[in-house]
Amino acid sequence: MTTPALQDGHRPTGAARWIGKSVQRSEDRRLVTGRGQYVDDLNLPGMVHAHFVRSSVARGTITNLDVAEARELPGVLAVFTAAEINSPDHVFWQTMMGPDASYPPGRVLADGDVRYVGEPVAVIVAESRYLAEDAAELVELDIDPLAPVLDMVAALSEESDVVHPERPSNLSGEARADIPGLDERLDQAPHTFTETFRQHRYLCVPMETRGIVSTWDPWQEKLEITLSCQSVHETRLFYARMLGIPEIDIHVVMGDVGGSFGQKMFPEKEEHAVVIASRLIGGRPVKWIEDRAENLISGGHSREECLTMTVAVDDDGVLLAAKGHQIEDVGAFPRPGDGMAGGSALAMFPGPYRWSGPGSVGYLAQGAFTNTCGRTAYRGPWMMETTAREQMVDVVARKLGIDPLEMRRRNIISVADMPFTTPMQLQFDTVSPAETLEQAAELIGYDEFRKQQEKARTDGRLLGIGLSTYVEPQFGFGILATEATTVRIEPSGKVNVYTSTGSHGQSLETTLAQIVADELGVAFDDVRIIQGDSARTPYGAGTGGSRSGAIASGAAHAAAATMREKVLAIGAHLLEASVDDVEMSDGVISVRGVAGAAVPLAQVAAVAYLNTDAMPPGVTPGLEVSERYKAPLFMFSNATHAVTVEVDRATGQVEILRYVVSEDCGNMINPMVVEGQIAGGVVQAVGGVFYEHLVYDEDGNPTATTFMDYLLPTATEAPDLEYGHVITPSNTPGGYKGLGEGGAICAPAALLNAVRDALAPLGVSISEQPLSPDRVLRLINDAQASSRWR
Amino acid sequence: MSPTKIDVELVVNGQPRRATVEARKTLADTLREDLGLTGTHLACEHGVCGACTVLVDGAAVRSCLMFAVQAAQSTVTTVEGLSSSAGDLSPVQRAFRECHGLQCGFCTPGFIVSVTAFLEENPDPTDEEIRAGISGNLCRCTGYQGIVRAVKRAAELRAPEDSEGVTA
Repeated sequence: MTTPALQDGHRPTGAARWIGKSVQRSEDRRLVTGRGQYVDDLNLPGMVHAHFVRSSVARGTITNLDVAEARELPGVLAVFTAAEINSPDHVFWQTMMGPDASYPPGRVLADGDVRYVGEPVAVIVAESRYLAEDAAELVELDIDPLAPVLDMVAALSEESDVVHPERPSNLSGEARADIPGLDERLDQAPHTFTETFRQHRYLCVPMETRGIVSTWDPWQEKLEITLSCQSVHETRLFYARMLGIPEIDIHVVMGDVGGSFGQKMFPEKEEHAVVIASRLIGGRPVKWIEDRAENLISGGHSREECLTMTVAVDDDGVLLAAKGHQIEDVGAFPRPGDGMAGGSALAMFPGPYRWSGPGSVGYLAQGAFTNTCGRTAYRGPWMMETTAREQMVDVVARKLGIDPLEMRRRNIISVADMPFTTPMQLQFDTVSPAETLEQAAELIGYDEFRKQQEKARTDGRLLGIGLSTYVEPQFGFGILATEATTVRIEPSGKVNVYTSTGSHGQSLETTLAQIVADELGVAFDDVRIIQGDSARTPYGAGTGGSRSGAIASGAAHAAAATMREKVLAIGAHLLEASVDDVEMSDGVISVRGVAGAAVPLAQVAAVAYLNTDAMPPGVTPGLEVSERYKAPLFMFSNATHAVTVEVDRATGQVEILRYVVSEDCGNMINPMVVEGQIAGGVVQAVGGVFYEHLVYDEDGNPTATTFMDYLLPTATEAPDLEYGHVITPSNTPGGYKGLGEGGAICAPAALLNAVRDALAPLGVSISEQPLSPDRVLRLINDAQASSRWR
Repeated sequence: MSPTKIDVELVVNGQPRRATVEARKTLADTLREDLGLTGTHLACEHGVCGACTVLVDGAAVRSCLMFAVQAAQSTVTTVEGLSSSAGDLSPVQRAFRECHGLQCGFCTPGFIVSVTAFLEENPDPTDEEIRAGISGNLCRCTGYQGIVRAVKRAAELRAPEDSEGVTA
């Protein structure tokens, strides 16, 4: 698709020379030449290396932990256990959740008992990682195993053993929307259907694992941390609280970050242990780089959950009311807070459908502790609402004999419905669900495919088409409400921009520079973005929640606009013109309509710093402006995905034929980056639906501990994506909306619906994943065995 | 007992280099820690992800699965050796940038080295050959869309001047 121009009313003050264009990325020259600086690339004088001894038992009592022999190995500096690392003074709460939220019991290393396979029990610090791993072989660790709690539903029963003896039950938290009379309403509707959808455990799996280098300077009492993370400021504040070190004596840097997808939003046990170990050792940098097995068993898990959905519908397929009951497996030590995304799932559960207005949709979400790796945020952590709802629409449509596209058309809201208040009382102002639904249907050739499908079925071939549509929230409350930008024009007239956020792949060095260049009126190449350094950049929440597109960009607009006013005031003074008559473009301030009346930005900068007596009265010297942008409580983007598949009846293999995404993220800062974000999310969903599964055995042992067992999609499994863009500008600066998570939220249901549609003639029902060939074959065979096979 | 160290001489990115390493030290760790070439990344350390791919005597090799001592007397090219010291990007590097073939960039050096070797063997690949050719490298950010485009583009950029008119 061609990219539509920026919508009127949302142009930056300067000319839109860069915004809206697929500008090549500023980050790339260092990254394609191997000159990136990831945390493992840091090699400091005196650096020592940490390695963890971990539990191989899911639940049990530590009966013996003897590290004496390991401590004696030459090259080993220290072997620390809970006795040295843990402290009752540690506090573990994250800023986003606050001190009063529900948390798992706080502990760094296992103390007395173990609660999941992979839980760190001791940390070894040695002159090399090889030596540290040698020393681990010398640690004696005996654990008396207990029966683990592994099933999230059973975990919530009163009879269940508890994962955390400190807590009364395995309920980590609850979110509910209780609607009086809803059950009666559901019962009395013309049709009521109930289905349970399950999702299996799959994970963020950034290509760069977690890692940290921590140095304690005992003479200045300062902590210096470089780590792979999503927010240097949260890391700094967290350790200031946890260890009682003044925030101003902690410096956190993130450098290049090799992906995260939610996993690195908050520091966890291993990072805590390394920081504390570095403090105990003092003066020497301690490095820990997670290996892949550690990342898979202890880096944070996601997606294992179930949602039972009851839907009331009339004879015409109009959705009347619904309720959902979601249970999330949050593992033993989830982050953040109680590990739940159920509150967000509750908010978004009605999706882009009308229902019967407020009071027609109810919800209960529960988090269940289990003796497994803790849950962590993963790209659209609340996506079960879309995964279940969009499958349910297809299930109901089939039962009513209505085509799933038609069923959606009868219920979906459109731009004409704006503003729209959802059953959960959220207000949509600028979403376009119906428009993306129609565009996706058109791009994929929906009606034509139905004809092909019918013909293929007569030939015995199993073709299917799946749709999924959703609204993606960006939250703007609490710590998430703001981001900040400092724009500093240097004495030469070149521009440094300090952003409170930090990219782990989102291209912010490029997109924020596009915004500042246009808003200010300078060349893109004259702008540099500085990020990911707690000492240099303003405080902020970091990347996450698809907030950078709207909120960090909002701050960049605001700071650049304020700077522009100041530059124009000085420029007008130098040109002896009224400020209303001057403009800046390409780094030159000129008087509109007066040829030759111009002054370069470099001259304005020189005056502002070096010849301040020439400044206009009342204007402060220097060119440095900071603005903190406060976002609305909620912002929303939306999309529809449409996919066609063919299922091989003999092998169970699913081939994706075409994949179309029609999305509305408002004005696009950089269409290439927008499409890249969508593609990444969609292919992660392809992995989740068909290949990836972190399986635990009946003893609570993870059985996918390498990439030979945990199967990521490769280029041969990834479909060619096709994109459509509907542009409904938001009401925030620039008219942008966040979209980084949507691909991963919307795609699973589309893929599942396509397979469901392909297998419909065989009477197959799908409620579990991943749809590996053996599972698909089993579904087909089971359906045949129950002689629903036509 | 301190493990015995062995002197390893090899040519890396055109320069004769020497490292004194334990026999168990991988080529990847030696490149990164002893020779200061941190462009070669480690993302699985069991030979699946391809992030650590380097050329050993011209062939693409997973440097996490090879000991440095095995590379003695070999010629090794890492991602750092593919661009000129004047700052020019290789055709493959240029193509990755043009086609948004990277986001976080962590898998990128492995892809760039693999694709460089792949196009050396198959200068004019079909789409299917491209996908098969890069299926030994994992990327978690791009969904491979930009990478597949980048390989096609790199093939164009590598094509000799006189044939460019024919293919274009």
